[in-house]
Amino acid sequence: MVDFDYNIVEEAAKQTYIKALTDLPPDVRQALHRAYERESQPAAKEIFQAMFKAIEIADNKKTLVCQDTGLPIYIMKVGGDFPWNGAEIKKRLVEGASRATLEFPFRGSSTHILTRINPQNSVGHGLPVIYWDFVEGSDTLEMLMIPKGSGSENMSTMKMFIPADGKAALKKFVLDAYIASGSNPCPPGIIGVGIGGTADLVMRLAKEAIARPVGQRSEDPEIAEMEVELEEAINATGIGPMGLGGDISTLAVHIEWAYTHITQNPVAVNTQCWPARRARATIHPDGKVEYGF
Amino acid sequence: MATYHLQTPFSEQDMRQLKIGDIVFFDGTLFGIRDLTQIYIFDQNHEPPVSLAGFPIIHTAPSLRKVGDKWEKICVGTTTSTRMDRFTPPLIEKYGVRAVIGKGGQYQQSLDAMQKFGGVYLAIVGGAASLETELIEEVEEVFWEHLHPEALYKFRVKDFGPLTVAMDSHGGHRYFEVKAEAERRLPEIYQKLGVA
Ligand code: SF4
Repeated sequence: MVDFDYNIVEEAAKQTYIKALTDLPPDVRQALHRAYERESQPAAKEIFQAMFKAIEIADNKKTLVCQDTGLPIYIMKVGGDFPWNGAEIKKRLVEGASRATLEFPFRGSSTHILTRINPQNSVGHGLPVIYWDFVEGSDTLEMLMIPKGSGSENMSTMKMFIPADGKAALKKFVLDAYIASGSNPCPPGIIGVGIGGTADLVMRLAKEAIARPVGQRSEDPEIAEMEVELEEAINATGIGPMGLGGDISTLAVHIEWAYTHITQNPVAVNTQCWPARRARATIHPDGKVEYGF
Repeated sequence: MATYHLQTPFSEQDMRQLKIGDIVFFDGTLFGIRDLTQIYIFDQNHEPPVSLAGFPIIHTAPSLRKVGDKWEKICVGTTTSTRMDRFTPPLIEKYGVRAVIGKGGQYQQSLDAMQKFGGVYLAIVGGAASLETELIEEVEEVFWEHLHPEALYKFRVKDFGPLTVAMDSHGGHRYFEVKAEAERRLPEIYQKLGVA
């Protein structure tokens, strides 16, 4: 194993957290602009304009778009040929998230479940959330960072349907969940849907669904069709930007899926707000880092 | 939909002209309060050290920094108002607050107080804290510093908005209306989705 400098991982964990909070991905910006063009209600258009101004101010002043710095999530893809020590990388993700909070500095949002004491470093027992995956034939370490705010995360919901409920139950569940969430998740954002797997996997799939660039369709044509159907249904509700009425209620519905048990039919919804924040770092074995979304 | 540019303090007439769906921008004084501030006032019986009469309040726990004895803004965002519903009627009736600014709206008791005394609920664009922070010209005073970040804040603002009138003094409630309309459309949406 070559000598790899793990400070690079720590720095990337810090930089991606800050980048995610201050610099919205281009696909999100474009989706908001397309939504503005399609929106017909003047009051709703005014709301989009405020969003554009907020993005511009954050760009110019390098400040946070939204004050809720969220809980840090790192989705890691480790290349089979990357010279890695997983335990060390995990330690560096904790450090990086904490340093981002203290050194930027921004408000930490993590808290102890019983004492409710906030350590002001965005981490603590069990945090950050880290997902690991492994990619054959790659020699890079890919880090996708998502700060997840509470307004949208609190709207998460899942249900274990049975096979007899069919596909219709899943679609109805997603639509009803959207209507129930109203203005809370700062719409119009991304509706992440997980279908299949187990109770834990289905929610993770919904989370991975909100991590996709806006509007990137599922590779499975039948699933992609469901995404379009649900998007149209949600936009037809008229709930609109910030739940105040309008034509655009969601930027996109994304579905991720997995095989499930013969007796199960699980579905989960995880919503992402209009500032659909994420940032990516690709780390090469020679220590080079590329930042993106 | 009409767009209004107002100046604080607001008069009853300023508020009565507003209808749900209108857009408001304003200049002047804005008070920041949150859960704890209002528990301190109403449950623990502390009189606000400054008059709120005619002014708007915003639901926020601002991120500020104290330099010498001056407070500077870092990031000021807005939180969900539904949690603080029970404080709004006395804020309006007892302290003369004219406008409540937040996200998500409030319930019937707040709406009734707005109707009775001439007040409104103004919905801010959630998640746009960078814009909100920019529109605050100065943190003029922080009262009850020991409660920070849930103290009582006096901000001076310019062109603060856009704010959507979401509850008005005529019994109009934009969130209720939008929800009722969604429910009215629902059977048709279900049918198209093949889930009816
Ligand atoms: S729901 Fe999202 S955009 Fe809205 S305040 Fe919370 S984190 Fe920010």
